[in-house]
Amino acid sequence: MFSFDLLLDAVVIGVLLGCFYAAVSLGLSISFGLLDVPHVAHPAFLVLASYAVFFLNEHYGVEPLVAGLLITPLFFLLGLAAYRLYYETFEKRGSDAGVRGIAFFFGIAFIIEVLIILQFGVDQRSVTATYVGKAWRLGDMRIPFRLLVAFAVAAALTILLTLYLSRTYMGRAIRAVAQDQEALRLMGANPVWIKQWAFGIATAVLGIAGALLIIVAPVEPTLDRTYIGRTFCVVVMAGLGSMSGTLVAAIILGVAETIVLTLFGASWAPAISFAMLLGVLAVRPQGLFGRRS
Amino acid sequence: MKRNGIFFWIGAILFLAAALVMTQVIGNQYPFFAGYVILQFIVLAVAWSILGGYAGYVNFGTSAFFGMGVYTAVFLVKAVGAPLAVQIAAAAAVGALMGFALGLLTLRMRGIFFSIATIALTIIIETSITNWRYVGGAAGIQIQRPAVTEPFDNYVQMLFFVQALLVVLAVVISRYIQNSWIGRGLQALRDDELAAECTGVPTLRLKLLACVISGALMCAAGAPAAMYLQYADPASAFNLNYSVSVLAMSLIGGTAHWAGPIIGAILLATTQQLLTVTISSEVNVLVLGVMLVLFVVGAPEGIIGLIPRVHRNRKEGEA
Repeated sequence: MFSFDLLLDAVVIGVLLGCFYAAVSLGLSISFGLLDVPHVAHPAFLVLASYAVFFLNEHYGVEPLVAGLLITPLFFLLGLAAYRLYYETFEKRGSDAGVRGIAFFFGIAFIIEVLIILQFGVDQRSVTATYVGKAWRLGDMRIPFRLLVAFAVAAALTILLTLYLSRTYMGRAIRAVAQDQEALRLMGANPVWIKQWAFGIATAVLGIAGALLIIVAPVEPTLDRTYIGRTFCVVVMAGLGSMSGTLVAAIILGVAETIVLTLFGASWAPAISFAMLLGVLAVRPQGLFGRRS
Repeated sequence: MKRNGIFFWIGAILFLAAALVMTQVIGNQYPFFAGYVILQFIVLAVAWSILGGYAGYVNFGTSAFFGMGVYTAVFLVKAVGAPLAVQIAAAAAVGALMGFALGLLTLRMRGIFFSIATIALTIIIETSITNWRYVGGAAGIQIQRPAVTEPFDNYVQMLFFVQALLVVLAVVISRYIQNSWIGRGLQALRDDELAAECTGVPTLRLKLLACVISGALMCAAGAPAAMYLQYADPASAFNLNYSVSVLAMSLIGGTAHWAGPIIGAILLATTQQLLTVTISSEVNVLVLGVMLVLFVVGAPEGIIGLIPRVHRNRKEGEA
């Protein structure tokens, strides 16, 4: 039944899966973690990106990762537009942004979901690539190539984004606007534009993340509901806005999911991220690497 | 105020009388099938607004409470063959307990954190029910309707009237809360929780009370759905569509007044019924989402909010 080999297997797969979870959560770590935007539609954007990759792959035979890169500029623009709309309607007016802001993004998520259903139907979709469906044998262990690809790209993405936020001018400005918007304004910078730019970056990352999502497993239109739990679990557990924390939290989630999967079966899987999220919110709301007390 | 109260009670009694007469006069079953759903959404929207509107806590867990109502009924029917009244009463009790638990768990959470926690609760409960063989697991379960009681000659007609009773109950409670110190306390904590606490509003107890009442009503509204559909499965009983529908109905109607959610629910649920029949259920969710976004952006106070604005604009025009 349960053996050490099985556990080791679960941990290795869990770490790989965790890196992938980090990649899909990075955008939310910026938009929700740094900018405090209640971006419930983040997973819906993610699934939308997956379908865009699917479309390019199916009709033009574009390699999924290349397709992900191709849609990145479009998603950047989408992010700019989404934040501008959010800012003009809620942040600028200031009053009661909480309740209606959440409802706004929830509505957007549902619109995206239905549009995908109307266009592509409710069936599961997947992409074709040379590495999909093959596996790397390591002793008794069998590691799917698709997971390795996702792991490598996710790790690269996390490092790039961390460097961007800490080394570049704009990246530092983004972290500054998260800390003290007023101070930034007094120094002559335009905080709204910086936040809009940051939101654009956060959404652009979803282009690649969406490609990874459909490489790792087939997608369906309502997949975003599961990923609300995963992405918010990772971001909240990491402590809002911490990039390295995001990676660690995502790996914890990935390992926890695969272990529970091995022990109790797949039917319990959807609840794990949500249960961990509830636990973190109840016990340690500032997360593992929280920037606020 | 006093005259208002009399009108309200006359209206409530007229509404119930009309529902009862309908069941006796109309032979066609379709109006009851459609009407039941509309009434169910009125109860859910009114219940949602007690916590979401007055207190400003956005609850995405409507489907958790609704689904628990359905499964409380399913369990009782399967275990002891309990009658409908017992199912509803038990569901209300379960909902109250759930609301209490939710309130305790989320005491420190505000805004988006509270909302995400309620989604989490929904998925966790759904997963638990999916893994519970006794009530059918993921495949769902068939339920036999018992014989219908007098004076109704059809079970759906009876459910329709029962749901009408729940509507009146929910509205009476919501109206009472709005006009009492509870409602004022909730509104105070909605505007500024810290300030309310400092001025002596028992924010903690009020929040728990709102969670309990709102939860009990939502669960009670879900209980008859088991008999209505004669079937229950976790994926549809806990469907997030309930959460977004009810959220949309309350916000579109307006949450500042108890009548807002009723207007929103009647408007949207009727549209949904028409769209589902004439076009498709996907389009109906799309319309719901688009209307939610449009109202949240364009008319933040909902339909109720538009009415005083009309008056104010007129006055300003005269002056």
